[in-house]
Amino acid sequence: MQNDTLKKLVNNGAIWAFILFQLVFFEVAGRWWSLSDSAFMDLDSMLLLLKQSAPIGIIAIGMTVVMINGNIDLSVGATYALAGIVMLDSMNWPFMEAMGDSAIPLAWLFALFTGCLLGLINGMIVWKTGVDAFIVTLGAMLGYRGLVFMYNGENPTYHLNWTMVDFAEADILGLQTPAIVFLAVVLIVWLVMTRTVHGRNAYAIGDNREAAVNAGIRVGPHMVWNFVLIGFLAALSAVAFYSGSGSVNPNDGMLFELWAITAVVLGGTKLAGGRGSIIGTLGGVIAIQLLRRGLNHIGAQTETVNLVIGIILIAVLFLDRQLNRKGAEELKV
Amino acid sequence: MADTAMKSIGGILARQGILVAFILFMVGFALWNPRFIDPDNIFGVIRSSAILGVMALGVTFVVIGGNLDLSVGSMLSFSAIVVLDLHENPAFGPALAIPAMFALTLCLGAINGFLIGYLRLNSLIVTLGMLSAIHGLTLTWSGGQNMDIANQSETWFGVFGRGSALGIPIPVLIFIGLAALLGILLAKTPFGRKVYAVGGNGTAATFSGIPRARVVFITYLISAFCVATAGLIQASRTMGAQNTVGQGLELEVLAAVILGGASLLGGSGTIFKTVIGVLILGFIQNGLLLAGLEFYVQFVVTWIIIILAVWLDIATKRGKLWSPIA
Repeated sequence: MQNDTLKKLVNNGAIWAFILFQLVFFEVAGRWWSLSDSAFMDLDSMLLLLKQSAPIGIIAIGMTVVMINGNIDLSVGATYALAGIVMLDSMNWPFMEAMGDSAIPLAWLFALFTGCLLGLINGMIVWKTGVDAFIVTLGAMLGYRGLVFMYNGENPTYHLNWTMVDFAEADILGLQTPAIVFLAVVLIVWLVMTRTVHGRNAYAIGDNREAAVNAGIRVGPHMVWNFVLIGFLAALSAVAFYSGSGSVNPNDGMLFELWAITAVVLGGTKLAGGRGSIIGTLGGVIAIQLLRRGLNHIGAQTETVNLVIGIILIAVLFLDRQLNRKGAEELKV
Repeated sequence: MADTAMKSIGGILARQGILVAFILFMVGFALWNPRFIDPDNIFGVIRSSAILGVMALGVTFVVIGGNLDLSVGSMLSFSAIVVLDLHENPAFGPALAIPAMFALTLCLGAINGFLIGYLRLNSLIVTLGMLSAIHGLTLTWSGGQNMDIANQSETWFGVFGRGSALGIPIPVLIFIGLAALLGILLAKTPFGRKVYAVGGNGTAATFSGIPRARVVFITYLISAFCVATAGLIQASRTMGAQNTVGQGLELEVLAAVILGGASLLGGSGTIFKTVIGVLILGFIQNGLLLAGLEFYVQFVVTWIIIILAVWLDIATKRGKLWSPIA
């Protein structure tokens, strides 16, 4: 019993311990080698860090839900780009231009609707055909990216609206809009996953689909809702980011799915489904961004970030296996 | 009588569906536009599919063994950058650069194989981590710069990507040769049968005395070898490379392998089918271009075809079109 509590603490606390370790390490290393004259643990830079981690972070929250549910979504990067394009392009439509600034919320709605629709397509295919989510979303990753390119070729899509930029860079208690959106998403999705029937069912389905079916849970609709949710969040991430930047490149969002999965796995969610936490993913996202910032702070080449993150990901997997010796329950795919 | 005939036709369709679809597709396009089956066009398609194809051959082994390899794209960038850099290094030159690059790429494959085969870690996450790590390694090696061969006219290095023998482009010869070799290895040797056994049912394979870890390890070495070959073709063809030349290829390669009919659960698939999968992707792209459609439409078509192919495969196996999930 006590062993279980300990294990739980290790599982849930590990990522925060790692973040703490990073903070101390980079602070000390930065001073010791006098590579940097500024302090690492500076409040402003930490708040900025939250803003920078928002695009991947918002998507990673959705990925957590989908993975807890026992699925995966590889198409989020393309969904992100397409939603961004729809948002900015729609503001160039004549009737939208005529509306002036009041077109902004409508453009956001168009983008969010695009995300939900793409998620719905994935979800319905997974449900109705029974093809593995990995394959369905792998195909969609290509297909949605094709749509992105068909929209505007290889040209960037842009629309600069200063009201929108002001909104995206608005500052509340030092937190900029993307960071606030990220934190709000974390809070809401955490509530959904821990306090609602849908959340409990999502865990149950991921843990043991057959048992969930036998318990009378309608597996299909729950899976579809989760795909709609991740599509929505990918679009929300695009809204939060592109409102400020005003320009989408058709290659934007590539590899976002892999970064998001990395953050989710670092946060302790299992690929096999049924286990994982939203708060853990928040930790995973912050840990990755902190590493990026920290390596920069101590003067390491930015290129080494990828190397270090890859090694950490594998190390986490190995440690997790050693700590919870139940390797057999891991998903085959 | 008619019933059994229908059943056997159904069986052939189920087993060779992808081949039938491929032939129908080719005939349809050829009738519509005769230029499609012009030998020059066909060689052109195979040649442009060669890099993806060579990578897919190796990944086929990994997938049949019941694992995934998402690191092949960044491994391709690594091998192309390394071989070009060593080529320019006076201490190496082309003759030494190529074996050195193969050795280094095989080391990366060995790391994959050790972690997944011997430590039995999840292949999706390990190769995802390796994707990131190898990308970092490549950037560190190149310092973020593109690599180019300075005196392109003075080196024989271009032969692998640009040369031809007997009127056939060398990349095509490499692809066909490697496919034949690996096809025999997979279909006709004890090792090949072990790969199927490990992927089909790992526990049963272990109980039958098959060294599961070693078999998985070797599949990753084969994958790395294929990537190194593809990297050589890529580097030789363009005589230069960006750090991100292979980015995103891992999923396209996997799409070709799945299109060929290999199951992600392992234990099924053949080299021949993978070659068909690669050619389908190549000819779709070509056919759509000949039809005057934008290059990007192929991505959307590929998406639809992948899902239809896998769906039909599953539907014939379970005997029902729609999934029984409530």
